Amino acid sequence: MEQTNSQLKNQDTQSHEWDTRLHHATKATHEDWIGRGISYFCIGIIILVVASMLWFITSKGIATFTQNHVSLWKFLSGTNWAPDQGKIGALPMILGSFAVTFAAAIVATPFALGTAIFMTEISPNRGRKFLQPVIELLVGIPSVVYGFIGLAVVVPFMRHLVGGSGFGIISATFVLFVMVLPTITSMTVDSLRAVPRFYKEASLALGATRWQTVSRVILRSATSGILTAIIFGMARAFGEALAVQMVIGNAAIMPKNLISPASTLTSQLTTGIGDTIDGTLPNNALWSLALILLLMSLFFNALVRFIAKRGQLKHER
Amino acid sequence: MNAKRTDFIATVVIDLIVASVVGILFFLLAYILTAGLPHVSWSFLTGATDAFSGAGGIGVQLFNSFYLLLLTMLISVPISLGAGIYLAEYAKDNWRTSLIRSAIEVLSSLPSVVVGLFGFLLFVVKFKIGFSVISGSIALTFFNLPLLTRNIEESLSAVSRSQREAGLSLGLSKWKTELGIILPVALPGIVTGIVLSAGRVFGEAAALIYTAGQSAPVTNFADWNPMDPASPLNPFRPAETLAVHIWKVNTEGLASNAAALSAAASAVLIIAVLLFNLGARLLGNYLYRRVTASK
Repeated sequence: MEQTNSQLKNQDTQSHEWDTRLHHATKATHEDWIGRGISYFCIGIIILVVASMLWFITSKGIATFTQNHVSLWKFLSGTNWAPDQGKIGALPMILGSFAVTFAAAIVATPFALGTAIFMTEISPNRGRKFLQPVIELLVGIPSVVYGFIGLAVVVPFMRHLVGGSGFGIISATFVLFVMVLPTITSMTVDSLRAVPRFYKEASLALGATRWQTVSRVILRSATSGILTAIIFGMARAFGEALAVQMVIGNAAIMPKNLISPASTLTSQLTTGIGDTIDGTLPNNALWSLALILLLMSLFFNALVRFIAKRGQLKHER
Repeated sequence: MNAKRTDFIATVVIDLIVASVVGILFFLLAYILTAGLPHVSWSFLTGATDAFSGAGGIGVQLFNSFYLLLLTMLISVPISLGAGIYLAEYAKDNWRTSLIRSAIEVLSSLPSVVVGLFGFLLFVVKFKIGFSVISGSIALTFFNLPLLTRNIEESLSAVSRSQREAGLSLGLSKWKTELGIILPVALPGIVTGIVLSAGRVFGEAAALIYTAGQSAPVTNFADWNPMDPASPLNPFRPAETLAVHIWKVNTEGLASNAAALSAAASAVLIIAVLLFNLGARLLGNYLYRRVTASK
């Protein structure tokens, strides 16, 4: 009887031990909770940063319209930018930004395509060993250095070539062309490399020349990737501040031609935001320019997504 | 014949394009180095700047650039490591994850001037910290986080599944597996990414103009107490970096030798960035050999 009792007791403690082992978290589980907590915390910070950035800039940017009661249409279509006198027409800057962005993309795209085709189709070996570092170096050069070279080389050159001050949209285009070239090139290279090998082999087997293969098969099947690359380049050009600001001349007037001083959203922001007082109309107007920049960046982002989705659908079909 | 001729012409055109792209790079590098290096001297690298014209040495700016870089990395590496582990390990394939990914994408595509303005609004206007090292390094962190996070996530995800399964089958927690097994294997890629991003941070100016400020007050390099206002380590003093200095000298143009000055400063900046790029490659390769024990 006594024996069974102790046996029972023994069993009891054993089952109790099993109970704690089975029903309570192990050391590993605890570790996992902590790890999970840390990584959730980190991702939380990033989300918080993005959300507050969108919130702050939006709320500052719409103050022009909600507090100063400037009509949105007047802001977007007005051609007179003199915030001290209450005139805030942002069209000169908007036009300036779009002009340099499109011009830079149009000039850079053929160069980027040519370089990418060379790197993938004509001489992949030299492409990897020699051109890849060239592109990486171009990406690595800081934008103030591009601006400085623009100021020291491009602006005097334009002054010689066409007269005037040399500052203007065309100088900004030159500088931005070199800056977006590596972005567009490296992304185009990726999309050309992603074209299935057998497309190329099939085309060559049909007797097509290399150029026929490239232009009618490879470029065509990589179209969505190339478009994405160009849009990324345009987004970079649109948001570039200092290099453009140094060579465009910063005159907030409607751009009449390509060789007279103009301004962009970013150049106006960098020159103006330090000189205005928080909460006043001139300051709010600048934040509205920042809001346009933000919205355009979101728009470019959405465009990339849209193209990626369309591209995927086409491949699946 | 016609098709062949077109092919020939196209090839020639492409060759010319490539030659001009390579030519542009060599021109850029040659220009900066020939215009700048003759003016680079020890006294230029360590000397003080004339506060009014901006002429003189770049000693303080150079120190500021490295100090800001160090602080930025100290803040951004742990956060992006945690976020990268989250995305590579814990994130499920659902709408929440895709929302997080698009948030990171948005952050990475924002122009750096917008990031800088946000920093200005938050630290200088709202918190009234003023133009300071700490405002600048947090603004740079915002700018650095998305790229670093993506790089770390990619490096972690590239490690084969079997390594993860091996860790889990030994009874290790996911967290321990990630830290003890996956992270060392992914280290070469992560380190390369960190050093490359350091090069980017080092050359960034637009995000700093209104956060770290455009003035480099004379600091006393014998005073290493971070709480002292004159100490170079004080995180609440304004700190103009080398990149901002180049911009300022060029736009205000008060120094009589502005062109030579900024050429020299650009040469120093370019050399630093090139060293970062080279260092990233060498360090990555070295770590890869160490970790994989391959020659």
